[in-house]
Amino acid sequence: MIDVRNVYKTFRVPEEVHALVDVSTKVEAGEVVVVIGPSGSGKSTFLRCLNHLEAADSGHIWIDGVDILSRKTNINKVRAEVGMVFQSFNLFPHKTVLENVTLAQVVVRKRSKSVAREKAQGLLEKVGIQDKAGNYPDQLSGGQQQRVAIARALAMDPKVMLFDEPTSALDPEMIGEVLDAMKALAKEGMTMVVVTHEMGFAREVADRVIFMDAGAIVEVGTPEHFFQNPTHDRTKLFLSQIL
Amino acid sequence: MNGSALAGYRSKANYYMWIGIFFALIGGIILMLYLATRQIDYVWRWYSMPRYFAHEAEIEIPAQVLGTVESITPEGKGAVIRVAEEDTDNVESYSVPDRKEIRVDDGDFVYPGDVLAIYRKWRPGLLAQGMWITLKVSLYAIVFGIAIGLLGGIARISSNPAAKWASITYVELIRGSPLLVQIFIWYFVLATLINQLLLKWGIPEISALWYGVASLAFFAGAYVTEIVRAGIQSIHRGQIEASRSLGMNAAQCMWYVILPQALRRILPPLAGQFITLIKDSSLLGIIAIRELTKATREGITTSLQPYEFWFTCAILYLILTFTLSMFVQWLERRTATP
Repeated sequence: MIDVRNVYKTFRVPEEVHALVDVSTKVEAGEVVVVIGPSGSGKSTFLRCLNHLEAADSGHIWIDGVDILSRKTNINKVRAEVGMVFQSFNLFPHKTVLENVTLAQVVVRKRSKSVAREKAQGLLEKVGIQDKAGNYPDQLSGGQQQRVAIARALAMDPKVMLFDEPTSALDPEMIGEVLDAMKALAKEGMTMVVVTHEMGFAREVADRVIFMDAGAIVEVGTPEHFFQNPTHDRTKLFLSQIL
Repeated sequence: MNGSALAGYRSKANYYMWIGIFFALIGGIILMLYLATRQIDYVWRWYSMPRYFAHEAEIEIPAQVLGTVESITPEGKGAVIRVAEEDTDNVESYSVPDRKEIRVDDGDFVYPGDVLAIYRKWRPGLLAQGMWITLKVSLYAIVFGIAIGLLGGIARISSNPAAKWASITYVELIRGSPLLVQIFIWYFVLATLINQLLLKWGIPEISALWYGVASLAFFAGAYVTEIVRAGIQSIHRGQIEASRSLGMNAAQCMWYVILPQALRRILPPLAGQFITLIKDSSLLGIIAIRELTKATREGITTSLQPYEFWFTCAILYLILTFTLSMFVQWLERRTATP
């Protein structure tokens, strides 16, 4: 589903940072991959390269067989197939919850308003906030907002979902509800790439864990391997610091 | 009344005393102005002002031929007067709206130009006409100014150098010269040029009013461009990322997500800009557009009452700008998300 080969990315402003260094990996359909690592290790940049919010400097990225770094690719079509959930939710504050979930369906997928509304109501029910459909995002708690953001991404019927630290901006008591929604999604067989600090989630849901440090993938393995007998020193150090 | 307004005042009476002093101050200034004008024997004639807003005009119906009034037939409130032309079989008929104002009788001999009847009709006065032109010019200029400002603002933040530099050049050029000079350029340079070309191609020429609208719109547009740019840049990057990640292209993202939020945020500075525009329209009198200020000057020339006229003129501008300001505040409340 996702094939990443030899991707490099360097930020030059405000100072030169090698955010991604020769990153290669594959994500199969239906797989849940959790990316962990210390802050500044390039895991968010990696995720944002997958839907071209950041342009990789070199290398190749295929999403469902489409080379997204090719000049001929219509990136908007690829992005419509790749849902993304952000750390800071980024809901549209001038639209109601329902409108947040229907907007891209109507504008991008060209669905009729009534079809989009029906789809949105179904998804809001799935993430447990159907009774907030008429409210504005600012009237919701952080956990509720993030669940709306998940519904908004799912409304496009994506083939892949990317999660960029979806629980890092939440109050502790709201983390559970968002993780539950993500777990349910994983159970349905959604292909997911999740950047997170929630080790419990990684252990429970991930098929594979990727550990990144200094822009490079240091270690890849199943959660069992990863948490019980990591091979790399840097992985051991990181785990000892957070667990 | 809230408690904080009273804080620092030992008693309610003290608070009301200062309110009284405020009104005494205003009253005192007006009284002093009045007394000063008395010193130079200025006669205030406020009673003559209403007719500059609306007056009842007498309209005469003259005979067109030499002849005899043949008949006067009542018809509703009015009547029809028939005049038989001398030495021919021709009979002219005139309908008269008001039967009480007929000035001829059956069998009267009339010459061409003799008044057969008159009627009265309410007509807008000089100041009302001027205010209407000011309103019209301002509204058109505001609509075009918004359109220019939106395009300019989006071009300003574009990564395309042609669009970006065109926008920067436009803004710097317009902001760097006086509006009065720009009005002259529009009227004496561009209007002459354009109207000559139109004449050559056999197209009717464009009136001064539209060149006035253009000068105001392009002038305000430059400031609106900067306001729009700041508004768009104030929207969080995450909004762009969220909409683009859903597959929207740049235009869809701008139209559905960024602009609605930016426009709401820039409503207060926009209101200020358009209030300035209404006031700046007073300069258009110099290119023969009879807006409110020019109408006032014409009124003074015929009435010799500068004091009443200038005060009235200022108050009429205040009514226009205050209405706009109220409208924008209403718009802000209406578009607010709870």
